[in-house]
Amino acid sequence: MDKIIEILEGMHPEVDFNTCNTLIDDKIIDSFDIVTLISELSEEFDISIPVEEIIPENFNSAKAIHALIERLLEDE
Amino acid sequence: MLFTSYEFILFAVVLFVLYYIIPKKFQWMLLLLASYVFYSFAGMGYMVYILATTLSTYFAGRRIGTLQTIQTDYLNTHKEALSREERKTYKARIKKKQRMYLVLCMVFNFGILAVLKYSGFTLLNVKSLLDFMNFKNNIPILRFALPLGISFYTFQTMGYIIDVYRDKYPYEKNIFKLALFISFFPQLIQGPISRFDDLKETLFGEHSFDAKAISFGLQRILWGFFKKLVIADRLLPAVNTIVRNPEEYQGVYVLVGMFFYAIQLYADFTGGIDIAIGVAEVFGIRLKENFERPYFSKSITEYWRRWHISLGSWFREYMFFPISVSKSMLNLSKSCRKLFGDAIGKRIPVYIATILVWFTTGVWHGAAWNFIVWGLLNCLVILVSQECIPLYQRFHKRFNVLHTFWYRLFQVARTFWLMSFLRTLDCYRDVGTTFRMYRTVFTRWNWNELFSGELLGLGLTMSDYIVLILAVLLVLYVSLASRSVGFREQLAVKPLTVRYLSYFALIIFILIFGAYGVGYDASQFIYSQF
Repeated sequence: MDKIIEILEGMHPEVDFNTCNTLIDDKIIDSFDIVTLISELSEEFDISIPVEEIIPENFNSAKAIHALIERLLEDE
Repeated sequence: MLFTSYEFILFAVVLFVLYYIIPKKFQWMLLLLASYVFYSFAGMGYMVYILATTLSTYFAGRRIGTLQTIQTDYLNTHKEALSREERKTYKARIKKKQRMYLVLCMVFNFGILAVLKYSGFTLLNVKSLLDFMNFKNNIPILRFALPLGISFYTFQTMGYIIDVYRDKYPYEKNIFKLALFISFFPQLIQGPISRFDDLKETLFGEHSFDAKAISFGLQRILWGFFKKLVIADRLLPAVNTIVRNPEEYQGVYVLVGMFFYAIQLYADFTGGIDIAIGVAEVFGIRLKENFERPYFSKSITEYWRRWHISLGSWFREYMFFPISVSKSMLNLSKSCRKLFGDAIGKRIPVYIATILVWFTTGVWHGAAWNFIVWGLLNCLVILVSQECIPLYQRFHKRFNVLHTFWYRLFQVARTFWLMSFLRTLDCYRDVGTTFRMYRTVFTRWNWNELFSGELLGLGLTMSDYIVLILAVLLVLYVSLASRSVGFREQLAVKPLTVRYLSYFALIIFILIFGAYGVGYDASQFIYSQF
């Protein structure tokens, strides 16, 4: 979780990713950010995030991203 | 059959009566029949293409969906017996087969679109290149008539098949329901490009006569007629006069043309979508919104989130993300990071995907260099804006202007004019002329002509200008008033007399000032030719 927050803060230092759960809904992160994020998460956790997982529910908060990664790691 | 024609009104009225008197379980079938009748008005020959797309999508979807069921059943039955590795291998095998059907379906349907829409343009360019290189050639230049709505329904069906492949929802087992999804007449002409999971519930559902929904639908149709007939079609001659006579109308007229075209296109496209959404609403069907007050956007990226939303989200979901987060792209990004450093490596997937998406968006709008250059210029502005974000942030911090009214107004005006400049590429006959006209904006100072009555020579009379100003102010007012709550909802709580007076006034306004009748022909919607 800390690593995810660190990556997110690297992109948007002004946002509190511990509390924010409307990252997509409030357009805090856009599609360019998502690509950068996926690229960094794939490298960091050595996973591949399929394109069908790119839905708002999976990227609205650091917690949701964490849950997605856990699930993908389990499936690996 | 034009939305604003008498035939369409008659068609919709007859359909409306039948729709609410037949048993509800037959309603969707009647809509399918009506959609095909509507389509046949464009030419019986075109039916072949939409039927071919429907059949190929149905069978590919069925095959992909069946493979998914086989996989689920097999994995459930052999839950204990299979190792994790074996499960993975089995899934990969099934996915490979599914991918084959997906690719076949996409090649077939995009192939139809490509041949009909782009073969003439491609052959013309190949011929020009060979001529330029002094190679003797006898390449024929083929021109096909475009079937109604082909760009829209092809994208809609391909969205469906990709979703089925991604297992987002099960495939549609009933071919006639799928046929209705593809051919549903209100969205055929100019979208919105609907998603199957958004539409299926209301499209195939049973609908009782709901006076409120029908009244809302009719209001929306009326509003669309107002925008199209009173504003868009009234402005058409002025825009045509300017862009078809580039030698005569330069300098400030280019700006006037841009401004008029911005209003015309907005009124035309949003008006058409209002009619489409309104007609669907009358039948109890909810189409997604395609606009979110786009001319109030403060940046070009925001503009593209609010203008033609269904096309933008289609490209984002089915092209931008699949390219940018693909394994090969991430590997390329990794290699580039090692070679050129983090800053460049990180940008590679975004840059490549954005360029491809905007090239395709341009091509989607039309087989001409104007549209390709328009798409690539949009891409350039978006990428440059992205790179300038740190600069903007420093500026906003230093001068603390971000939340002030005047700065926001500046941002809105900047985006409006930037988009208007780019959009002008739709209008002039070729890219060279457009750029020449851009140059005259800065080199030919004829602003005085704005105030010497020359504007009356553009095909609009003084009374046309007065009607236009009043109509545009009304659209602006409605747009501003519906920022948080929809205007129809606000009107619905007003006293009965106020409501009916408003409807009556709007109808009278359209009847008197609509650009139709003797001597006028309601013109085709601009987006219907895309």
